[in-house]
Amino acid sequence: MIIGAGPTGLFTVFEAGLLKLKCHLIDALPQPGGQCSEIYPKKPIYDIPAYPEILAGDLTEKLMEQIAPFSPGFTLGERAETLEKQEDGTFIVTTDQGTQHRAPIVAIAGGLGSFEPRKPPIENLVQYESKGVAYFIKNPEQYRNQHVVIAGGGDSALDWSIFLSDVAASVTLVHRRNEFRGALDSVEKVQELKNQGKIRLITPGEVVGLEGEGALSGVRLQAEQGLITLDCDAFIPLFGLAPKLGPIAHWGLEIEKNAIKVDNSLDYQTNIPGVYAIGDVNTYPGKLKLILCGFHEATLMCQSAYKRIYPERRYVMKYTTVGGVEGFDGTKKEAPKAVIKSID
Amino acid sequence: MAQDITLFITDREGKTHQVVAPTDMNMNLMEVVRAHELAPEGTIGVCGGMAMCASCQSYVESDHLLPEQSADELAMLAEAFHVKKNSRLGCQLFVTPDLHGLKVTLAPES
Repeated sequence: MIIGAGPTGLFTVFEAGLLKLKCHLIDALPQPGGQCSEIYPKKPIYDIPAYPEILAGDLTEKLMEQIAPFSPGFTLGERAETLEKQEDGTFIVTTDQGTQHRAPIVAIAGGLGSFEPRKPPIENLVQYESKGVAYFIKNPEQYRNQHVVIAGGGDSALDWSIFLSDVAASVTLVHRRNEFRGALDSVEKVQELKNQGKIRLITPGEVVGLEGEGALSGVRLQAEQGLITLDCDAFIPLFGLAPKLGPIAHWGLEIEKNAIKVDNSLDYQTNIPGVYAIGDVNTYPGKLKLILCGFHEATLMCQSAYKRIYPERRYVMKYTTVGGVEGFDGTKKEAPKAVIKSID
Repeated sequence: MAQDITLFITDREGKTHQVVAPTDMNMNLMEVVRAHELAPEGTIGVCGGMAMCASCQSYVESDHLLPEQSADELAMLAEAFHVKKNSRLGCQLFVTPDLHGLKVTLAPES
């Protein structure tokens, strides 16, 4: 079981697959790729061996293609909450939505942690959570005929303003300046909806306070004309996501520098036997948070995991040029056989 | 040999550190903070230095002439918290001889 579907977690599936070990990945994000897909999919990476340049999003796609023969399972959009060791030595990981997975080995490839919404520093914000304040939009229908205030300047703020303009009674988008960093199409669409009176835009503006007896009934805004109050049913601050180590920190693992201590001289195992930590989430003397280091750690970790699962077996690592890649889906990739020709 | 410069960095606890940074390594202020461990790992430079997370926001307190802010930096600061007029992203301030004596304070973690 792999916690984290970033590049290191994904490549682990491949290395485990070569050893006939099947993997299941859990990730809090709704898509695989970790930071590569969430933060910088369009940024080029220059230090992946043999790729002089590759976009982070393309790297994720290539990894997904590479591991496809090993048919990994995915539990996406759920955060791993608890880790419990069973009497038989296996582990059960339970997600925030109650999904449970059991496996003999847990590889934590959690990067800098799970992505959590960045909450603006508004004094009574937490008090109104699920009473009008939300950081994600899970069910847009809940905003039907409501007066909604959205804050932020990126793609999610723009996209949800556009979407909710057809659902909500009113949509007000608040941003500290009138330039938006979202996709050009979205910016143009918001402009069009603003011109049609379907979205109210307040820029420069900043929500500085919330009001309401029990449930939210309005927001206080610092705008050009000064402090104003706007009646609303919902306030949705969309300021992106930031990684936090989160529940992993309470699993009894040895933590140092916001990362999990591992034995790098051996196999990247943590202080809990059977639980490994690989990629950006771990720390050891000389640690570098690089994707390529994560790949190396994943490779060594899988060999150790195999020995833990099958202590009685003797095995030596086999090169893919020799053994090919035999997928769990029935596919097989192998080097073409040499053609031997004789000369008459 | 390339010149080293001195920087005065006040951490999030309010303690000021005098540090020396090389000007020939293409380092930025966020990396200097990490190199000297002036903020816990994972709380600064989260995006690696792409002006995409604002975890390295710093308040510039000396009157050094700084390079202009890029569109990326301005956009990120417009979505950051605890922003002041002298806010800059540390990852966008490169260690050059012009910055000798620079005084900055790290913004609170958000």
